[in-house]
Amino acid sequence: MNQDQSPWRYAVNIGLIGALTVVMLSLIGMVESFSKRDIIYRVVTMGNTLLLLTAIFLSYLAAKKAGREHAATAVGSAILTAVITAAGVALLVAIGKTINLRMVFINASPVLYQILTFYIGPKGIPLVLLGGLLSGLAAGLLFLAPPSIRKTIITALSAVVIAGVLQDMLRPVIALWGPLAKINLFLFAANGLSIKGAIGLFVVVAILVYVWGQKGSAVKTKVQGLPAGQQRNLKLASMLVLAFILLVLPKILGLFLSEVLTIVGLYVLLGLGLNIVVGFAGLLDLGYVAFFAVGSYVVAILTSPELGFFSMNFWTALPFVIAAGILSGVLLGVPVLKMRGDYLAIATLGFGEIIRILVLSDWLRPWIGGAQGIGQIPNISIAGYTFTTPQQVYYFILAGCLLVGFISWRLRDSRLGRAWMAVREDEDVAQAMGINLVATKLMAFATGAGFSALSGAIFATKIGSVYPHSFNVIVSINIICLIIVGGMGSIPGVIVGAFALVGLPELLREFAEFRLLVYGAALVAMMLLKPEGLWPDVKRRRELHIDEDENVAEAEEATVSA
Amino acid sequence: MNRKLIMILTCVFVIAFAFSIQAEVKDPIGVVKLGPGEPVHIAYWVVISGPNTSLGTDVVRGIEIAVDDFGGSIKGFPLKISGQDAACSAEGGQAAATRLAADPTIVAAIGSTCSSAAKPGVPILWKAGIPTVSPSNTAPFLTDPERGDGYGGYARTCHNDKVQGAIAAEFAFREKGLKSAATIHDGSVYAEQLAQVFAKRFKELGGKVTSMEAVSPNDTDMRPVLTKIATAKPDIIYYPIFIAEGGFITRQSKEISGLEKTTMMGADGMFSPDFYKAAGMAAVGMYHSSPDFGAFAGGYQAFLAKHMKKYGEKPIAPFHGHAYDATMMILKAIDKVAVKEGGNLHIGRKALRDALLATSTMQGLTGTITCDQYGDCADPKIAIYQTAAENVKQGAMPTKPYWKPY
Amino acid sequence: MFQRIRERISPTDVVMWLIGGGLLFLVVWGSIATLIKGTYTARHWIDFIIFGLAQGSVYALIATGYTMVYGVLRMINFAHGEVFMSGPYTAYFVAAWFYRTGWLDTNPISCLAAIFLVSMSVSVTIAFFLERIAYRPLRGAPRLIPLITAIGASFFLQYLFRGLYGSSFQAYPDIAMLEGHWVIWGIRILKFQAVVIVAAIVLMFALYSFVMKSRIGKAIRSVSEDKEASALMGIDVDKMISMTFVVGGAAAGAAGVLYAIMFKQVHFFMGFIPGIKAFTAAVLGGIGNIPGAMLGGIFLGLVESVGPSLFLDGLGIVAPYQLKDAIAFTMLVMVLIFRPTGILGERLAVKKA
Repeated sequence: MNQDQSPWRYAVNIGLIGALTVVMLSLIGMVESFSKRDIIYRVVTMGNTLLLLTAIFLSYLAAKKAGREHAATAVGSAILTAVITAAGVALLVAIGKTINLRMVFINASPVLYQILTFYIGPKGIPLVLLGGLLSGLAAGLLFLAPPSIRKTIITALSAVVIAGVLQDMLRPVIALWGPLAKINLFLFAANGLSIKGAIGLFVVVAILVYVWGQKGSAVKTKVQGLPAGQQRNLKLASMLVLAFILLVLPKILGLFLSEVLTIVGLYVLLGLGLNIVVGFAGLLDLGYVAFFAVGSYVVAILTSPELGFFSMNFWTALPFVIAAGILSGVLLGVPVLKMRGDYLAIATLGFGEIIRILVLSDWLRPWIGGAQGIGQIPNISIAGYTFTTPQQVYYFILAGCLLVGFISWRLRDSRLGRAWMAVREDEDVAQAMGINLVATKLMAFATGAGFSALSGAIFATKIGSVYPHSFNVIVSINIICLIIVGGMGSIPGVIVGAFALVGLPELLREFAEFRLLVYGAALVAMMLLKPEGLWPDVKRRRELHIDEDENVAEAEEATVSA
Repeated sequence: MNRKLIMILTCVFVIAFAFSIQAEVKDPIGVVKLGPGEPVHIAYWVVISGPNTSLGTDVVRGIEIAVDDFGGSIKGFPLKISGQDAACSAEGGQAAATRLAADPTIVAAIGSTCSSAAKPGVPILWKAGIPTVSPSNTAPFLTDPERGDGYGGYARTCHNDKVQGAIAAEFAFREKGLKSAATIHDGSVYAEQLAQVFAKRFKELGGKVTSMEAVSPNDTDMRPVLTKIATAKPDIIYYPIFIAEGGFITRQSKEISGLEKTTMMGADGMFSPDFYKAAGMAAVGMYHSSPDFGAFAGGYQAFLAKHMKKYGEKPIAPFHGHAYDATMMILKAIDKVAVKEGGNLHIGRKALRDALLATSTMQGLTGTITCDQYGDCADPKIAIYQTAAENVKQGAMPTKPYWKPY
Repeated sequence: MFQRIRERISPTDVVMWLIGGGLLFLVVWGSIATLIKGTYTARHWIDFIIFGLAQGSVYALIATGYTMVYGVLRMINFAHGEVFMSGPYTAYFVAAWFYRTGWLDTNPISCLAAIFLVSMSVSVTIAFFLERIAYRPLRGAPRLIPLITAIGASFFLQYLFRGLYGSSFQAYPDIAMLEGHWVIWGIRILKFQAVVIVAAIVLMFALYSFVMKSRIGKAIRSVSEDKEASALMGIDVDKMISMTFVVGGAAAGAAGVLYAIMFKQVHFFMGFIPGIKAFTAAVLGGIGNIPGAMLGGIFLGLVESVGPSLFLDGLGIVAPYQLKDAIAFTMLVMVLIFRPTGILGERLAVKKA
């Protein structure tokens, strides 16, 4: 296809993609599994929502292709796309009713066909097509609506869907809010939002978004118009508010969300460490989990009475942990000093695996527990106060993150930090400019490893036991991904990345089956659409855009023409 | 940042910190109050992702049938069953348990499937006052008197591995007269422990353990390790591991010269029709130690019929019966301690735990359930099964034990 | 190598030589101890070697796909393991159908050919669309970005196939023709192992001559040397990159069937570990170098099979086969330190930065 292809043709193509997508979503069991949960009680299930959103999204794209000037074409092509997408469902049902697809596709169950045809069998097929037509119409109209209204509707609808998806988590959280706990009764029915709750939520969010859309820019200009001193005070005030929110967060969020926060926090720690190695110094390390393991195991060996070697407390063990982390960073750094790029990646990946295999091995079992791991690691305590629940551990991890964040922020702008970036850009030139490559690289490995070991130590005390299986290569990959998704070299990016790649999947734990599928698809989509990350480093974004001027333009052409 | 800002921030931190410490005092055990029509909420935390999914699925089916059999309600209050993925790992267990612990409507839990998930998970649940009954945690640690604090709310309806490994050793040495053995584990908590117990008991009986090997769960080529084992020509290879690796070892053992006469024996982790798929005809003649389905109460045949009707297949792993019993245990205990006041239902958390651990001579599917003070409730009837050619062809586990120790 | 030492002896070099020397000493010592102990007879060693060759030839076939893609795009195609998985996993259903109808027993050769064909075409399709959708738009992006895309695609494909075909293992039916063993020169070799080794050698030879002799092969090599110059010479670079993925996919699909013949079980996760191993093999042999990838694969297979018994047993390490991946990766790191271009040397036009 080429640029000036007719919108109708485009609508057909994208409709075919849609049909393929919905058939795939059905056959991998996502639709059936999601149908067990209602978004709105007895009205719409998550499964329906998934299919509807696919159709609406694609037909919106089709309408966009036609453009605003051709309203009729826009609506028409949107409908065409959605109907073709719906036809995919219809075809699947028709085929599935005649041939037993279950011989190959395990999820092509009778229940699936029931769901796809609104529980009325093959007679539901016209209804499916009608549904497609309506969602196409909705997408077309949505596209034609003025931007402010469109934005309002989309945001409010998303709020309803999100509330429905996360219902099991929101309920206990809202229940904690004392007098506000009554909201639960209004919002939720037995499974899903109640109808009045959904409408209420929609209206409230819609009003908020609309008002902000009207007044928001005015507020912004007003703030920018303030004198410098007042602006600084405002900044200070907002930082205080942020600090206060950070501190009371576990109180508001309750047990489980605090647990999610602690997990995210651990990954932030890891991410900040790896960010130094990969983001600052440009050394692609795929075996970062090795240092995490070193930290965990050192703290376990030193503190756990189960092994009975030392039985120290956490604080006495901590210096050893950090030292061991730094030492292992240097030890693993020396051999790979001369390697570049992908060789470095594969060598570090090898190191990560070697460490995991060694801690698992029967050979070292008498000293580090082998497959049974090490248990009874005591919790961290300060002056008689013990961090046990996630809400308490949260503060400890928050402190760790602030400390490490501060260090890496200061490091970035230091002499060493600039040396790292020089090495990242071009090793040979950096060396020519008098940077000691060996020392600079080893410093990067050592600092990163130290942070990782700290994180590992907190992890071990948090869970209370360590098992070799926790130190899989997937962890390393996950950390690399969160750095890139957040924006390489960017400190806030690490935090955003950790929330997106660790926090979100944790929230959707019941759908663990589909977690990595969505994760993978999201990574690919992210890299195709926004390769600089969610919150890129300013300098880096600028660089990326300079050398991307041609490349991206070319790449975009390639995407479009594909 | 200027200095003032840092000072203020520090103050805020300290104050909020102190505040949070004070507010943290709570009664660990409370009462679940249900209004009219509100469901009695029971949650399972089992493995529903990753390679061991079939273990978890089997358990969930046992739970669902038990709820159907119980009638779906307690004292007029409906039952609600929900679930979380505890994976088969410590982190998974911790996250799932925290998720359950955060939901105050949950009365009791069923799980976990893997012992490594139970180790960090159980104390979290019990801290929230939620007792949990596991259908398939076989690690001895969990009911060990020295297990430490936090496991007060724990019970299990499956056997303790101390039993299974020892029975396997006794069968090999006493019944079959095999004098030398080799073991293989895959680095999982379950397999490593069983292999240890087996080897220890086998040596005590007077046998010789020629080697204790290990493989990785992702290994496919087991021929080298089997060749290494074959150099000592053991009479039996005991490999209490999971389906995939077990399949590789079973198949490939037939190709190794020196192992032609060696007896092969696995455990309940691969006592599943999936294993026959993986191992093919090479499984014929091998032994498994597993719960004795023949000793299961008369209700078991009815259970199988219901299972077939509901899920269109036979059970896919060995712990459905234990899950059924665990669920029944919980439901009966709730029924015992729940108090109806007006239109409301009150369930005391500690009372529920006590009622659970006081379970005695309950006629379950897997035998007579009687709990000891540490929560070992199983009637450990472990038997040895031998696979016949028909089993593999039909993809069905043998139902009649080959040998039993009692 | 010696030249480098003369040029500059830095402390890190000394450390590295010490590490390398120490490891070498351990290996030699362990091997001698094992041999003196005499647990293993010559026949055992021959068995180990045959097992290693069979496993290694599968690695080798997958590794060629990695190395070709690396040659033209300079990227680790992390999803290549999934390309390898998709073929045999899909072809399983064909094999099971042949088995049910009894054709597998009556005319096994044509059935096997059909299984190969299905497996290779599925792998080729997946590889082609992978490049088209996930990699092509990123041409010219910073190096890490396609790597992340590849990791994402790898997860996506794994769980897509898991969703489609289920999470349990499927097992290929036994093929009667390949059961049992032959005795050649007094060496007992299992039939299917012999078939796998021979098939892999034939396939590798075919692949090699395709890349060296055919028009397309020459064009692919020219693209991997210099994209701009190739474009100027009238070669359609995009098409040749696609062709590289197609050829690599075909090799992976064929390797998949050989794997299935040898191990029977197929599973959605079966590609991940062989994928990493095959990349290791490609690096060992010298990346971008097709004969190197083949040699690296076979070498890796041999080390995994022979290594634990030979090196570790003599050192008194228990359960040595648990450590076989550790041996493989240690060897990789050692090769990278002391001969960074791999065994046969890399064939890359521009030094990677």
